[in-house]
Amino acid sequence: MKPHRRKKLTIIAFIATGLSVAVGLSLYALSNSIDLFFTPTQIAAGEVVDGQRIRIGGMVKDGSVVRSEESLHVEFIATDYSHDLQVRYDGILPDLFREGQGVVAEGMVADGVFQASRVLAKHDENYMSVEVKAAMDAAEKDRAAVVPAGESNGS
Amino acid sequence: MVPELGQLTLILSFCLCVILGTLPLVGASTGNRLWIGLARPLTAGVFVFLSLSLLVLGYSFVTDDFSVSFVAQHSNSLLPIQYKITAVWGGHEGSFLFWTWMLSGWMLAVAIFSKAMPDDFVARVLGVMGLIGAGYTLFMIATSNPFDRILPLSPQDGADLNSALQDFGFIIHPPSLYMGYVGFSVVFAFAIAALLSGRLDSAWARWSRPWANAAWAILTIGIALGSWWAYYELGWGGWWAWDPVENPPMINWLLGTALIHSLAVTEKRGVFKSWTVLLAIMAFAASLLGTFITRSGLLTSVHAFASDPTRGIYILGFLGFVVGGSLLLFALRAPLMKSEFGFAAVSREVFLLANNIILVVASAAILLGTLYPMVYQAVSGGELLSVGPPYFNMIFVPLMGILVLFLALGSISRWKKTSVQYLRKQLGLVAIASVLLGVVLPLVVTFEFNFGASIATMLGLWIILGIVQDIRIRISNKASTVSGLKSLATSYIGMQIAHLGFATILLGASLTSIYSVEKSVLLDAGESVDLGSYDFLFQGTEPVQGPNFVGDRATFQVMKNDVYQRDLHPEKRVYTQSGSPSTEMAIDAGFWRDLFITLGEPRESGAWSMTIYIKPFVRWVWLGAILMALGAVVAVTDKRYRRLKVKTLAREAAEQTEKPDASLRPVSN
Repeated sequence: MKPHRRKKLTIIAFIATGLSVAVGLSLYALSNSIDLFFTPTQIAAGEVVDGQRIRIGGMVKDGSVVRSEESLHVEFIATDYSHDLQVRYDGILPDLFREGQGVVAEGMVADGVFQASRVLAKHDENYMSVEVKAAMDAAEKDRAAVVPAGESNGS
Repeated sequence: MVPELGQLTLILSFCLCVILGTLPLVGASTGNRLWIGLARPLTAGVFVFLSLSLLVLGYSFVTDDFSVSFVAQHSNSLLPIQYKITAVWGGHEGSFLFWTWMLSGWMLAVAIFSKAMPDDFVARVLGVMGLIGAGYTLFMIATSNPFDRILPLSPQDGADLNSALQDFGFIIHPPSLYMGYVGFSVVFAFAIAALLSGRLDSAWARWSRPWANAAWAILTIGIALGSWWAYYELGWGGWWAWDPVENPPMINWLLGTALIHSLAVTEKRGVFKSWTVLLAIMAFAASLLGTFITRSGLLTSVHAFASDPTRGIYILGFLGFVVGGSLLLFALRAPLMKSEFGFAAVSREVFLLANNIILVVASAAILLGTLYPMVYQAVSGGELLSVGPPYFNMIFVPLMGILVLFLALGSISRWKKTSVQYLRKQLGLVAIASVLLGVVLPLVVTFEFNFGASIATMLGLWIILGIVQDIRIRISNKASTVSGLKSLATSYIGMQIAHLGFATILLGASLTSIYSVEKSVLLDAGESVDLGSYDFLFQGTEPVQGPNFVGDRATFQVMKNDVYQRDLHPEKRVYTQSGSPSTEMAIDAGFWRDLFITLGEPRESGAWSMTIYIKPFVRWVWLGAILMALGAVVAVTDKRYRRLKVKTLAREAAEQTEKPDASLRPVSN
C-alpha cells in the first residue's frame, strides 16, 4: 500500500472507531435515561410496573391540594377526568402550579400512588403542555368509545 | 396607519432580498460588473427597510397601539418602558423580525468590511445572504406577520409580557444569542460563495475566519447569558438543564467550535477543505433546525412559542431546500476540494482532526437526544417520552474529557509532523504535575477524596499548565521574558485566552456540580437553618408593591461561623395583569461560591417553604465563557488578517494575469 493511502486509511479507521464508540455509548445512555409518559387512566389500568421511572401528566383536580403544615410534603390529585391519580411530593412546587391547571411530574408509582421526584409546570399560562394535552385527548377518546356501549367509567 | 408602514417596508425588504439573491449571483457567474456592483447598495437597502420595519414595531409598542395583535398579546400599558421596547422580541412574530434584522446587520457588516476581497466574491456572499433573507421575510409575510391588526374591535389593554421575561436578562440574552446564531449564516454564505466560484483556497479560509470567530464569540456570550439568566430567574439553582431548546444553540456552538478550528487548518495548511465547507453548512443548518424546534410548537419548554403547524412546515421546507441545495452544490464541486494528506500521524493536524470528530460526535449525540422524543412520538402514533439530563451528561462529559486531553497536545505540537519524544519532553512534566495536583488540591481543601473532582482538576490543570508550557517554549529563545511575550502573535494570545476560558468552564461546571449543596425547608419567622458553614436566619416577610406587581419580600440574615455576613431578600411576586406568580431569587455572588435563596409558598400558619443553595465555583462557568469570547475577539483583531488581505490581493492579481484559468473556470450553476 502506498504511504498516503495508508494514512488515509488510518484516518478513516480512526473516524469509524470514534463514531461507532460514540453511537454505542449514545444508545446505551439513551436506553437508560428515557422516561416514558403515562396518563392517569393508563396507570389505573396497571400498565406501569412499580418502581419504574416515568412521567405523568394531567390536570390538578380542584380542591385536591393538601399541604403539610410541618414539612414540605404536599399531595394532590392529577386527573384526566376519567381516572384520578394521587401524587405525593416533598419539595417546592413551581410558580405556575395551580388547581385546575395542567401539571407534569417525574417519579414512580408505588402502591397506586405516584411519588414525584420533580414537578414541572408549563411556563406560558395560555398554552397547555404537549403531555397534558395528550393525556386529556386520550381520556376523551376512551370515554367517547365507552359511552355508546352503555358504560361510564368516569371518576 | 403606522403599522401598515412597517408591513410595507417588510414587503419592500423581501423584494430587495429577492433581487439581491439573483442579480449579483448571476452577475458574478457571467462577469456582469453592473450586476456585481448592485450587491452592496441592495444590502444597504435591505438593512434600511428592515430597520424601519423594526422601528415601526417598536413604535407601536411604545405608543401602546393595541390594535396591533402582536402588541396586544405581548405588552400592557403598565409595562415599564424598557420591557415595552424589548417586548419586540417577546413573542414569535416580533422575535423573527428581530432575527431577520440581525441578518441584515451582518450583511451590512460584510458589505462594509470586505473592501479587501474581490467584488465578485462579495457579490456572491451577499447574494447568498440575500436568498436567506428572502426566505426569512417571506416566512414572516406568509405565516407570522408582526403587523397583523385586530380591527375594528381592538382591545383596550394588552395581555402583558410573560412575567418570567420581565427581567434584565430578557433585554440582553435574546439579542446576543440571535446575533451569534445568525452570524454563522455569514460563514455559510462564504462557504457557498467559495463553492460557486470554485475558489476553495486558503484566502477563502482567511476571509472567513474573523467572521466565524466573531459569530462564535457572540454566540458564546449569548448562551452564557441565557444560562446566567436561567440561574437567577427560574429559581431551581441550576445553570444548564439540557432543555430541548437549550440544546440547539449548544449544538450550534459545538459545530461552530469545530468550524473555527477546522478553518485554522484550512487557512494554514490548505487541508480539510471539504470538511470545513461541510461544517459551515452543518452549523447553518443547525441554526435553522433550532428555529424549527422553537417555533414549530413541537416542544413543551421555557422557550417554546405557541404552536402553529404551517410555520413548522415552512421552516422544515426551507431547511430541506437549504441543506439539500448546499449538499448538491457540495457534491458537484467535490472534485475541486482535493486536499493533500501532507501530514504525519502525530501532528497538529491530526489533533485538530480529533478535536473536530469529538465536537461533531458530541453535537450529533445531543441532536439525537433532542429529536428522539419527537421522532418517537411521530413513529409510535402519539406516545410520549422524554430524554433526561443523565443521557446528555453521560455522553457529553466523557467526550469533553477526551477533548481536553487533545487540547494541550494539539496546541503544543507542530504542523505537519511532531515527534512523540518532543511531546513527551514538553508535556511529561505537565502531565505529572496535573495528576499530582489534581489528587492533592481537592483533598487539601475539602479533606475528602472525590474521584470526579480530582479528574476535573487534573483536566483543568492539564490545559492551564499546558498553556504556560507552550508560551515558555515560544519565548525561550527571546532576549527577555517581556520581549518574548511582546513578540507573540495577537491571534495566538487570543487562542490561549480562549483555551484558558475553556479550562475555567470545565473546572466551574464540574466542581459546582460536585460540591453544590441545597436544603428545602419550611421556616417560621425567627427560625434559622444551617447549611455548610453558613447559618440563614429567616426574619419574616413584608409586602411590596411594584409598578405592575404585588409581592412579599423576605429578609434573611446570613452568618458564617457565627459572624454576620449580610442580609438577603428573596421575593415572591404576582403580576397584576396576568395574575401569574414569579419568584425572585436572592443571590450573594462570589468568586468562590454563591449563596442562593428561593422562596416557595406561605402556609396558613405564616411559615414559608424555601430552598437554600450553596454553589461553589458556579461563577467560573460564566467567567470561562467571557474569557472564551474575549479570546475570539482578540484573535479577530489580529493585524495579520488585514495585512495579509492586501498582500494576498496583490499576489493574486499577479497570479491572475499569469494564469487566467484559476479563477475564470466556467461556472455551471
